[in-house]
Amino acid sequence: MSLEVPKKLEREINRLVKNYPEKRSASLMVLHALQEEFGYISTEAEEWAAARLELKSINIHELVTFYPMLRQQDPGRTVVRVCRTLSCALAGSAKLHGHICKRLGLDADAPGLQRTKDGKYGVEYAECLASCGTGPVMMCNDDFYENVSNDGADEILKKYDE
Amino acid sequence: MPKETKLVLKHADEAGYTNDIGCYLKHGGYRTLKKAFRLKPKKVKGAVVTPQEAIRREVLASGLRGRGGAGFSCGMKWNFVNRKSGKPIYLICNADESEPGTFKDRQIIYKDPHQLIEGMILSCYANDVKLAYIYIRGEFPEGAKILNHAINEAKANGFLGKGICGTKYNLEIHVHRGAGAYICGEETGLIESLEGKRPYPRIKPPYFPAALGLYMCPTIVNNVETLCNVRNVLAMGGNAYAALGTPNNTGTRIVSLSGNVKRPGYYEIEVGKATLGELIFHKNFGHGLHDGRKLQAIIPGGSSSKVFRAGEKFDIKSKDKRGEVVEQKLDLLDIPYDFDTLMKCGSMSGSSAIIVLDDSVDIIEVLGNLSDFYAHESCGQCTPCREGSLWMAKALKRMRSGQARKGDAGYLRHIAHNIQGRTVCAFGEACSWPVLSFVDKFRDDFEQRGAEDETRLAKRGAEATTR
Repeated sequence: MSLEVPKKLEREINRLVKNYPEKRSASLMVLHALQEEFGYISTEAEEWAAARLELKSINIHELVTFYPMLRQQDPGRTVVRVCRTLSCALAGSAKLHGHICKRLGLDADAPGLQRTKDGKYGVEYAECLASCGTGPVMMCNDDFYENVSNDGADEILKKYDE
Repeated sequence: MPKETKLVLKHADEAGYTNDIGCYLKHGGYRTLKKAFRLKPKKVKGAVVTPQEAIRREVLASGLRGRGGAGFSCGMKWNFVNRKSGKPIYLICNADESEPGTFKDRQIIYKDPHQLIEGMILSCYANDVKLAYIYIRGEFPEGAKILNHAINEAKANGFLGKGICGTKYNLEIHVHRGAGAYICGEETGLIESLEGKRPYPRIKPPYFPAALGLYMCPTIVNNVETLCNVRNVLAMGGNAYAALGTPNNTGTRIVSLSGNVKRPGYYEIEVGKATLGELIFHKNFGHGLHDGRKLQAIIPGGSSSKVFRAGEKFDIKSKDKRGEVVEQKLDLLDIPYDFDTLMKCGSMSGSSAIIVLDDSVDIIEVLGNLSDFYAHESCGQCTPCREGSLWMAKALKRMRSGQARKGDAGYLRHIAHNIQGRTVCAFGEACSWPVLSFVDKFRDDFEQRGAEDETRLAKRGAEATTR
């Protein structure tokens, strides 16, 4: 099965590829664009990207398996990433993570990304999100939130419930 | 009285200051750029100095040191660039801010992106760069949008693209997003990532970016704050910039303060003009610890720097005004926050991120948290780091779950010693220095935890056999 890439996205990818003297350089940006469209990088998407950039599939696969932000499975419609590194940990990020997991019926102690059954949410820990002065911080997809209390998290998540 | 001196963050937090080009121009933005493009070749002692050379000399004279972590002279870095290779020269802005504790570049990118763009154009012009990239970490999606918007605005105003400011100079800047890997902040790893590969750092020599960087061409990699400071150096003149701060530690620097302080935040100071103690306790900065708490430790320059234990004293040698070597006794809190003194005290200012730890925190828990970070972020290229970072994290996980052993301190030291100096890049040091310094300076905590757990487990074992 091959990937159906919308015309608009194809134009965007053509624009991105032109930004580099060598096509391979565009790999990460192309993968970001594909992930934004499809939610994750499927094997078909890997193959499509490899063909577009005149690479072997392994050249793309090795990136998808390396970079934490690239997903091989659907991580859920809203991905909540709670920073777990030192300053946020001191500010209570474990409590925040636990609270969010409890609210969504997920196991806070299970390793890796945890997805709700309805596919609405994926929750995981992230390494330092570079806002250590305003911990605990978290991201919901591309949106960034700082000084998040448990009540604050409830309010924030309401926005993504729909 | 120690105070902030705002140069890079001069306008960022002013009420009404926005990140669009109109606001930037109103505040004198791109004036330095226009001035630079009006420079003409000059004759100095019979030799012709090009405008580009003049800019580079100014930056060297300013004493500006890299703000990313290594603190290497920016002017020297530029001087190392091979300009005779016949290959294009590239410039990359390292906006992969991800050293735990650091959150200064975020402020610049989100609040004053044009300052960075102007600094980049000046640096590119000075080094004959025609194509430049901003490598921004994947977790700053909004930042990438802001930068792209700023680039388009700069283009529309004739500061980027073809024939900049009416000259024959052309320059393109593109934003390249990372995808959540700390190792991409290491300059050769960053270059590999930008080439579309796994970000495995390259070995130096021979792969010094100044000679064999992006696409094996000469490449300059500078941090966001450094590039902003290039603009400030050229706006005020190299010597005036060098007059700020302290000798060999010139200019201003943004310090990120976090952890157990009343007022965490980012504070721009003249380098060396405030002490560690002032940054933590003074009302202009951190405002002290939470009520009733005592200082336990300070991580002075990002999580990779060696920790200081409260109450430490240092004997350091420095040169006085006449150039004579003098010995000095220094208390931890009296260390001036600069590049050189922190090095002399056995740590570093790194990315200028201070994490304060009070007596409420469990030191083993703190080291475990950091080791988890490094175990997650090791790229896996070099065996000592790939395996060792994980072993250390596992040992600490065991220690944190009530199964510490008396020998753990020695075990951790042993692993760390087998990593540092044995890897392609400085990540090996970055993951082993915290372990070595925490274990050495808090050895009693580690040994006590080991003894307690061993006694308890032995007792439980004995009870089980007699039952």
